[in-house]
Amino acid sequence: MMNRPSSFAHEHLLHRLYRIQQQCRHIPPQAMQQVAIDYQLPLSQVAAVVEFYAFFSTHPRGRFDLLFSNCTSCGYLADGENLLQILCQQLQVIPGKTRADGLVSIGEASCIGTCDHGPSMLVNGFPVIGLNAVKLAQVAQLVANEIPLPQWPAAWLEISDTVYRRDLLLSERLIPGSALQHALRSGASETLMIIQRSGLRGRGGAGFDTGKKWQLCREAAGETRYVVCNADEGEPGTFKDRLLLHEQAGAMLEGMTLCARIIGAQQGFVYLRGEYRYLLPHLQAELEHRRKLNLLGVNILGQIGFDFDIDIVIGAGAYICGEESALIESLEGKPGIPRIRPPFPVTHGYLAQPTVVNNIETFIAAAQIAMHGADWFKTSGTSTSSGSKLLSISGDCEKPGIYEYPFGVTIRQVLGDCGAADAQAVQIGGPAGTLLGATEFERTIAFDDVSTGGSVLIFGQSRDLFAIHRNFAHFFAHESCGFCAPCRIGTQLLKNSLDTIAANRGSVHALEELQQLGKIVKHQSHCGLGHTAANHVLDGLRQFPQAFSDRLQPQFTARFDLDQALADARQVAHRDDAAAHLDQKR
Amino acid sequence: MTTVTDTLHIDGEEIPFTPGQTIMDAALMAGQYIPHLCHYPGLPPRGNCRLCVVEANNRSVAACTTPATPGLQIRSDTPELNEIRKAITQMLFVEGNHICPSCEKTGNCKLQAMAYHLGMLDDHFPQFYQRREIDASHPEILLDRSRCILCDLCVRASRDIDQKNVFAIAGRGTDARLIVNSPNGKLADTPIAITDLAARICPVGAILIKEQGYQVPIGQRIYDQNTIRETGLMETIAKKSDDEV
Ligand SMILES: Cc1cc2nc3c(=O)[nH]c(=O)nc-3n(C[C@H](O)[C@H](O)[C@H](O)COP(=O)(O)O)c2cc1C
Ligand code: SF4
Ligand code: SF4
Repeated sequence: MMNRPSSFAHEHLLHRLYRIQQQCRHIPPQAMQQVAIDYQLPLSQVAAVVEFYAFFSTHPRGRFDLLFSNCTSCGYLADGENLLQILCQQLQVIPGKTRADGLVSIGEASCIGTCDHGPSMLVNGFPVIGLNAVKLAQVAQLVANEIPLPQWPAAWLEISDTVYRRDLLLSERLIPGSALQHALRSGASETLMIIQRSGLRGRGGAGFDTGKKWQLCREAAGETRYVVCNADEGEPGTFKDRLLLHEQAGAMLEGMTLCARIIGAQQGFVYLRGEYRYLLPHLQAELEHRRKLNLLGVNILGQIGFDFDIDIVIGAGAYICGEESALIESLEGKPGIPRIRPPFPVTHGYLAQPTVVNNIETFIAAAQIAMHGADWFKTSGTSTSSGSKLLSISGDCEKPGIYEYPFGVTIRQVLGDCGAADAQAVQIGGPAGTLLGATEFERTIAFDDVSTGGSVLIFGQSRDLFAIHRNFAHFFAHESCGFCAPCRIGTQLLKNSLDTIAANRGSVHALEELQQLGKIVKHQSHCGLGHTAANHVLDGLRQFPQAFSDRLQPQFTARFDLDQALADARQVAHRDDAAAHLDQKR
Repeated sequence: MTTVTDTLHIDGEEIPFTPGQTIMDAALMAGQYIPHLCHYPGLPPRGNCRLCVVEANNRSVAACTTPATPGLQIRSDTPELNEIRKAITQMLFVEGNHICPSCEKTGNCKLQAMAYHLGMLDDHFPQFYQRREIDASHPEILLDRSRCILCDLCVRASRDIDQKNVFAIAGRGTDARLIVNSPNGKLADTPIAITDLAARICPVGAILIKEQGYQVPIGQRIYDQNTIRETGLMETIAKKSDDEV
């Protein structure tokens, strides 16, 4: 295809780095130099990419590299035991450090999208689900005996989906090519009108008018145009795109092709999160199938000049790459740092050309709308939020899984349906979303009420909400891209502050401080990550202040442990006797 | 220069601008100072320090990256915004390891001058005490990452003005750090020279020219003579070997 940047000279930069990481268990300096030469990039850009993405490392990881999810639903603490610690003890590993014999390393990863399957981890990049202490004993054996992952119990590796409620989208099965045929008969302008009339808004979280986005891109000046499907699904607690990739990949690709027809693109990309690499063979087979049916390639469906094809680009562990401009930077082989906007991707996107970025669910909805019409779509939902929404429900409920509802459904009904009637609070939209207590359960899922990309995390009465906040604060500090000062430093300060409170060293001024700091992070940051990173704290302080205040110390308490602070000095002096410690009464 | 066509308002004062200018460009040209650390006239704006936060139509935006548009009502020099700027300055202080009284850059440092300008009397936030690498490999230039505020000025200066591309920023979150574009990652291995803009644009004491630190005695340095507001308005378009730097 035309206009490939140097990162596609042989294969995408991220894919090349992934292979090196697999082979060498890290990316050594010589390899970076070779990559810089091959891709004609500054060495510093290659180094910056390696350091940016969590799944690349500059020091060797173990031949078995185990990364436990640390999400509140699929994380290593989700079942009340510290599974990471248990496995580290069994295998004699220090978290984050590779064992001296190079066999194994154990660390953490942000949510890996298996929240409906309980505690999970990535083993050399592939998810292993449903963990518990008993299974970990087996894991330790398998690792010790160096049994390759494909020979591990199949049930641990198979990621099934449970759908409890199907509505508009999930009850339809698109016959390959049918939406495109409809669109070709109606013409591009008419099809765009239908999408616009349907009121379809983006399903990835921000809710931008999809028809408007496509129109802006179609009208923007450029040499060529691109269609990008956002399959990064990074928000902790979301796994609905995983279901769609399993079940409806064809409809997703059809929606992208439809978009290409309307805006005039020849090249598309699916940006797939690294945690979903296991889906690659399935997606590639789907692409091949569509090429055979002449639904991709040249002269699609016999239409002269309708040329379009799709590449899959796989990320490498960075939540920020779900943000559309960071995603585009990543596609271009760079660290995922959000761009200055305006200009927006619709006018200056991939390689500075007009680009549409949409969520998987949005593309599927668009394909269905082209097939069934705007009115079909509008029969579902509310006047400002037409259609339906897929929710990924997990946490303290009887039936975690996927639920599709028409927009306008109340939180109470959702909680009732999944068996969480006694929930204490629910986090809608993941850590970046909204924390709601029981008094707000009558509110509805809709763009003008509680808007969400699809993550619903449920916290039962016995959950410690402060621990949830601490978990979220760690998530954002880890995922902040580091570009702008308020988010880079502010998310770290929020994390440190909650850690200090957790260590019973928080002063009575802490709540006021958290509030001030939260506001700065929210209002002064450069991108959506920073804008939302403090929401959970601000929501929590408003609705559940006692979750914080119960832990504060009424008397003066030093923010740090004086004896602990001398640890470095003791190490330098090679001393650890009693006289080298402060006698502290705590 | 094209003819002035439009105006906007900053703190009630009408300011002309030409299409394509940012709020910052227009303000500085009209003699209105908006605090900033990562902006330098003539280099492409990045908007990472966020000190130039202003309120435009009741939204917080960075003046250095936001296009000027006709009729825009902007609030900048307000107590609330200056409090926010002070807090962000404090954040920059606690993130690095700043030792002003014994720092070579004292008196010539924009971060320090900004702290004075905003009336910052303490760090407020707990220190991070990060360990950061020093690069003393180059015979004439020292790189001390302890004082780096990740403003990206040296990166842009080296790439866009010096055409040498000596620096980049790598890493994520608080692991973000300035790296050097050479096989061993050392400055000595790069073509950087003390006449380069990149060697002299550092607003803090992270990139220092060796053996020049005390040529001008403390008391007679840049911000001993002028406030950062005054110098900020005097800065001219960046070019190689610019004496103003
Ligand atoms: C930090 C951050 C992470 C995001 N992650 C995702 C994601 O994983 N998937 C997604 O579809 N959109 C994500 N978004 C939203 C995208 O920026 C963008 O709005 C969306 O892909 C547009 O598609 P839509 O209009 O179909 O929703 C994220 C935004 C931010 C700020
Ligand atoms: S808000 Fe956070 S994630 Fe966004 S640009 Fe700033 S540092 Fe990066
Ligand atoms: S760089 Fe500036 S703020 Fe930092 S120690 Fe030196 S003088 Fe102080």
